[in-house]
Amino acid sequence: MPARVVVLGGGVGGTLVANLLDKELGRDARVTVVDPTGMHDYQPGYLYVALGEAKGHWLSREERTLLRPGVDLAIERAVRIHPDAGTVQLERGGSLEWDYLVVATGSRLVPEQIPGLSEGAFEFYSLDGAERLAQELRRFDGGRLKVGVAGIPYKCPPAPVEFTFMVEEYLRHKGVRDKSEIELLSPLNRAFTIESASKLIQPYMDERGIGLTTFFNVEAVDPSAGVVESLEGEKQEYDLLVLVPPHKGAQVVIDSELGDPGGWLPTDKHTLNVEGHERIFGLGDATNLPISKSGSTAHFEAPVIASRIASLVNGSAPKENYGGRVMCFLETGNGQATSLRFDYDHPPEPPKPNRAWHTAKWLFNRMYWETVPQGRIPENAPFSKPPAAKSTKE
Amino acid sequence: MTTTEVTRSIDAKGMACPGPLMTLIGAIREGQVGDVIEVLSSDEGSKTDIPAWVAKAQHELIEVVPDDGFTRFIIRKVR
Repeated sequence: MPARVVVLGGGVGGTLVANLLDKELGRDARVTVVDPTGMHDYQPGYLYVALGEAKGHWLSREERTLLRPGVDLAIERAVRIHPDAGTVQLERGGSLEWDYLVVATGSRLVPEQIPGLSEGAFEFYSLDGAERLAQELRRFDGGRLKVGVAGIPYKCPPAPVEFTFMVEEYLRHKGVRDKSEIELLSPLNRAFTIESASKLIQPYMDERGIGLTTFFNVEAVDPSAGVVESLEGEKQEYDLLVLVPPHKGAQVVIDSELGDPGGWLPTDKHTLNVEGHERIFGLGDATNLPISKSGSTAHFEAPVIASRIASLVNGSAPKENYGGRVMCFLETGNGQATSLRFDYDHPPEPPKPNRAWHTAKWLFNRMYWETVPQGRIPENAPFSKPPAAKSTKE
Repeated sequence: MTTTEVTRSIDAKGMACPGPLMTLIGAIREGQVGDVIEVLSSDEGSKTDIPAWVAKAQHELIEVVPDDGFTRFIIRKVR
């Protein structure tokens, strides 16, 4: 009897792990992806939608078209995981039995956690939000524009910085830059989570007149007064406010009592097993791992999980471990970008921003549908190389 | 060693910067005034980041104690 593998979530990680397992195990496994919408969204594109550089319909495809023919797809919402019984209960009343379970349920936006956020702030972390922001930016003819983060952790850590650089350029081209004040409200004591990247981008922010307020963790928004307040007790006035909404793990993780208070799965940083569960794996945003919540993380984790499950199915000891590998781009405006390549032991040493990395990001966005979900990015591609930086342990 | 009763302890050893600080900020957000939060961090950056944030956010840094390969920070939520 083939091994039954159920993958919850048809995002980048879930799709890739399902395709890799089908390819590796063939008839030895029956792989089923469970996804509530059956649509696969390329979320990194929302940034470009907000700035009028991409259309929403480019960024979504039917999940079925991205899966190998041998992988089953159930367009259903999983509502409860029963680890001891080895089943997943589905919303419409059915259930699926599994020998191995991959939880790739991602993260969700919970703007309601911050009073006034939905009414007073724009965002580009959903397609609707990005389209609304694009409209607002077309109307914006100058004023105080504040960009911030309303909850930690949030996915794609470079995105608020990228948006700030790109909107500065947008307003310049629109001819309203001199009537605008742009400020990044950072939750940390620097512009970006990773210190080396923060040091690299700070001079570019200074050069373009982008202000920085540090230690500003958004607590509340007062839309009628046009004021955003921080947990640290500071207030900032705005004319246009763009905030990354707070994130939370999936409801099925919370309801199954598998997650921490934020709904994130306690996951072993190397084996990617959900702690205490040898046959359950956590993938991508769904985990509590102290690394970026990003498609790139899921992209590099998926082959490790596929390899470990394949070994278990074949009766051998799993060997592959996840080393914390992540690679992402950081747009710095003016048609330039840098890259962040790092793992658990190697912090990134981002190169000076240039046109080549911007072009690489653009190409990657274009190539995504035909490459990443199918595992077609070769191991030696520049996107997948680990950093050649020196170890922090040295 | 402090005699203050700790309300919540966060073991952030092995977590890279800015993880320990972010975990503390989350705990302050969720906690009640008067709560005493203990953070154990092996990250060097925490030695400057955590006191700087506690000062800015106007909470009370009760104690910073070096331990075996990590530092213990005790913070009281005061507002």
